[in-house]
Formats: sequence, structure tokens, C-alpha cells
Amino acid sequence: MADQATDLHGGTTTLRPRAPRRGRGGNASGAGTRTGGAWGLLFVAPQTLLFIAFFLIPVVIAFALAFMEVRPTRMTWVGLDNFERVLADDLFKKALVNTSIFTLVVVTFWLAKAVLIAYLLDPMSHALQTFFKSAFYLPAVTSGVIISLVWLWIYHPNFGLLNGLMVALGRDPVAWLGNTSTALPALMAMQVIMGGGSSIVLLSAALARIPRDLYEVAIIDGAKRPTIFARVILPLIRPTLLYLVVTGTINTFQVFEAVYVMTQGGPQFATTTVVFRIYQEAFQRFNLGVASAQAIVLFIITFALAAVQFRLLGKNVEY
Amino acid sequence: MAVARFDPFMRDMEHPVRPTRLGASVILLILIVLSLAAVVPLYWMFATSLTPSAMTVKLPPELIPSEPTLDNYRTVLRQPNFGRWVLNSFIQALSVTAVTVATASMAGYALAKLPFRGSKLLFWLFIMSMMLPFEAILVPLFLVVTRLGLVDTYLGLLLPLMVSPFSIFLMKQFIQTLPTELLDAARVDGAGEARIFWEVVLPLVRPGLAFLGIITFVAQWNAFVWPLVVTRSSGMRTLQVGLVLIREQEPLFFGLHMAAAVLAAIPVIVIFFAFQRYFLRGVTVGALKG
Repeated sequence: MADQATDLHGGTTTLRPRAPRRGRGGNASGAGTRTGGAWGLLFVAPQTLLFIAFFLIPVVIAFALAFMEVRPTRMTWVGLDNFERVLADDLFKKALVNTSIFTLVVVTFWLAKAVLIAYLLDPMSHALQTFFKSAFYLPAVTSGVIISLVWLWIYHPNFGLLNGLMVALGRDPVAWLGNTSTALPALMAMQVIMGGGSSIVLLSAALARIPRDLYEVAIIDGAKRPTIFARVILPLIRPTLLYLVVTGTINTFQVFEAVYVMTQGGPQFATTTVVFRIYQEAFQRFNLGVASAQAIVLFIITFALAAVQFRLLGKNVEY
Repeated sequence: MAVARFDPFMRDMEHPVRPTRLGASVILLILIVLSLAAVVPLYWMFATSLTPSAMTVKLPPELIPSEPTLDNYRTVLRQPNFGRWVLNSFIQALSVTAVTVATASMAGYALAKLPFRGSKLLFWLFIMSMMLPFEAILVPLFLVVTRLGLVDTYLGLLLPLMVSPFSIFLMKQFIQTLPTELLDAARVDGAGEARIFWEVVLPLVRPGLAFLGIITFVAQWNAFVWPLVVTRSSGMRTLQVGLVLIREQEPLFFGLHMAAAVLAAIPVIVIFFAFQRYFLRGVTVGALKG
């Protein structure tokens, strides 16, 4: 689920800038250019109009609203007041901290798990690979709401499966989601356990493309397995890894469904995340100006992460 | 490096870093534990859905329902508007998929093969927007839809979900691989652009269309945040939102929650197994070669 976002919003598809194949000016081979113009515009129009109405305009509005106080009847310009309120809001700061911890832990463990599994699967027979990949992929096609409901039940303080296990092991039951010290870790564990499906598939494809000769050479040089992993495999799957790290980070940072369904940000704001905070501000307290200012802080963080992505990936396109 | 010559688990005897037989057993063990951790919750959902309510609140939990029953499913189906939620989810997933596949392949064709003034800029705008997750524009998008008077309507639910720069990018990558000479030949034969698109381009990118259709359907079926904020009346809710409503109304009937969750999971699980190869092949549209 950590990568559920990646999954479907990012697909099992790797999006990386293509290395330019032909020269700069050599795109499309002339013929289309004469008749292309009008037809091109026509073909691109439906998606472009939707894009303008439901993406560009909202983004522009978000920036405008962030400087206004929004009342049902009128809007007033308030300059940076909303941002001052956002930055002075301890709960928003807490949400930022919670989300950062969540993202860091989830992305780290989820990726480590995916790399380990893809590596272990690599020498296996096709049938076994398909079997395991399906098992790992299944939670990724199941919706976040469903996964959250299931884990809400597993974490149930009295009758949940996990506490059943704890009691069977002679330990005391724990209110996993009711405790400020365990609630966020419980959400993180769920994401790591259920996540990874599509990343395993991508990493596995990357591993399968490594030329066998490279391994042979390394073995002849006397390299042991850890060395081969660190010196041959890791550098060669690095583009895929970087792609997964950054899209995973961006998407995990937007965590909302699990919080909404399982904890509503509690207990005592221990699981309040940025998107959940924005949701509360906008749709429960109807402070749209403040919510827009918060959303812009989220924009900036996300774009900073995306900029890192472009730099790192850009470097890697040339191998 | 010791070699396990007859190990049925190994793909090919030539894999240079194939594990030893002991190694293979350890590896299998690790994989089984990790995959069970991911699949057992789904099993548990199914098992609980068949467990009578009274049996769910007793310790220790029953791993296999001793008195399986379909009562929970009957109760789910009796929930007011449940059928309506299922219908809305199908309307959402099918219509968004159809429109996205159609318009994104058109846009992808234009951006790949019919350059016009500003087409590069437009493409970059699409790419940049993919960096911004849906959640980040939730609030202003809601305001736009409110201003258009579309809150709690199908148009308000569906139109914003049809915007898909990712799909445009995907289709552009597919269509770019088609030889331009082929399109030129069709032009020489007197075919118009619309006919070329319909009769030459689309048939050649059918696998791409199928892939896009499948992942879009699954993503739309599972979508939660937008349906949650843009629908108000019970009759407009989708199944994912309905699941949360059922839980809010009957917080203690876990078998009921799980039965509803199973029903909501069935369509995507069926799609997953029917089109497994699309999910497991790891489609790498032009990118990984680059």
C-alpha cells in the first residue's frame, strides 16, 4: 500500500526522461509538420481542456486563495496572514513531523523489502516467480480503504488477530491504534507489510536485464556474493531504485486514507498527517484560505522532492 | 560457489549467482514468510466475513470459521443504497476508463506524431503536473467544482478524474515507437488524420490501450478521496466511501465490515488474475531502455 499510490497513480510503469535518440531538431520526420498543426490541436484538445479546467485553474486559485480570507459571501485580501497562521499552527508542525517520520520509515523499509525480494526471486523458475509476485501484488490492487478496514480489525484492542497472537505468546494485549506511542508505528508497519508489489515487479525486470557476462567476470575475479551485490547489481539497478525512491517518497507523503479510516489523526494527534490536516481545515472547519496556504506548503515540499528526482534521474540517463 | 544441479526451484542452471541448495531453502523460507504477511490479512478479511457476529467477539480468534455463514453478506446487501454504491462505482470506473483511454490516446498521438506550435511546451506542462499528487490540489479543485455547481453530481464526480497527464505520457511513449513512414504511407494513399488514427495507430498500440484501460479501471474502482469530498447524498456515494459509512453505522459488526470489503475487492481481484501478465510484466514504456 505504501506504493499503492505509486501503483496506480504511477503504474507499473517507469517514467523516466528518455535519452535523446536523434539530434535536437530531429523530432518527427517532417511529413507531419505541414498538416500536423490543426489536427494536432484537435486531437490534444479534449485532454487539454479538462487539464485547464480541473488542474491549471485550481492550481492558480490555490495560490490566490492562500492570500485571502474566504467567507461564504466574500473574499478579502489578507496578505501573508494565512501563511503566518500555518507556520504558527503547532498542529500543522506536528503533522509535518508525523508525515516526515512516516515517509522516511515507510519508504526505507518498503524499498529494502522490495530489493530483497526481487534479488531472491531473480534466479528462480518462472512459475515460482509468478507465484510470489502475484502474492505480493495482490494487496496492491486492493483499495486503501479495504486494507485499512482489514487492519483496523487486525489491530482491534480486544478481539483483533494481533492481540490474539500476543495473548497466545503470553504477552499483554496492546491498544495498537489507541496509544500515542504505537499508533503511528502500527500504520507504518501496515504500509510496509502490504506494500511493494509493483516495485518488486519493476526491480525484478531491472535485475533480469543485467547481462550474465558481468556476473561471470565478477566471479572469475573472485568476487563473493555481497561484493557482486554491491558492485554489480546495485549500480545497474540504480535508475530503477531512484525512480522508486522519489515517486515512493512523493506518494507516501500524501498519506491520507489509512489515517482517515483507521485513526482520524488520533490519539492526541499522534497520526495526524499533512493531507489529513488539510482535509480537516478545508472540509470540517471550512477554513479554505488556511487550507490553501497549507496546500501550498505541501506543493512546495512536493516540488522540492520532484526537483531532486529530476536532478538524480537526469544524471542517470547517461548511465 | 557450490551448485545445486537438480534444484527444481532454479530458473536456469546458467544463472551465475544461483544459490546453494541450503541457500535456496533459506530463500524460500524468507519469501514464504514475507508473502504470507501480505496475504494473510486478505485471508483474514475473507474468514471473518464468513464468521457469525457473535463468534468474532470471542477469544482466541478463530483462524478457520467453525460455523461459516453468509449472514454477513445478506446484511451487507440489505444496507440502504448498497446496490446504488456498487452501481456508482461501476459508472465511475467504466466511464473514466473509457474517456481516459480515448482522449489520452488522441493526445498521445498528437504529441508524438502531429507537432504543432507549442506542443513541446504543452507536453512539459503535462509532465510537470504529474509531479503534483492529486491530494495537493484537492481543496482548490473542490472550489472549482463548487463554483460550477457540480458538487454531488455525476459530472462533478467524474470530470476531474478524467484528467490524466500520466495516461497521455504513456500513450505518447507507445505511439512514438510507431514508424512515421507508415503514417506517411497512409497519407500518400489519401487517408485523413482521423482515419489514420483510427485504422493505423489504434490497432498497432492495442496492448498499450489494454494496459492503460486495466490500470485506470483498477485505480478508479479504488479511488477514495475525491468521491469522499465531492459527494454528499447517500445515493451519490461510491462503494469505497460506502465501506467507511457502513463501518461508522455499525462499528462493532466486524463480520459485516469484512463482508462488504470482500465484495468491494472482488472486481479488482478478478481483473488482477484475468490480466495478470499486464501487472507482472512491469511494462516499461520506452523509459528503461533510455
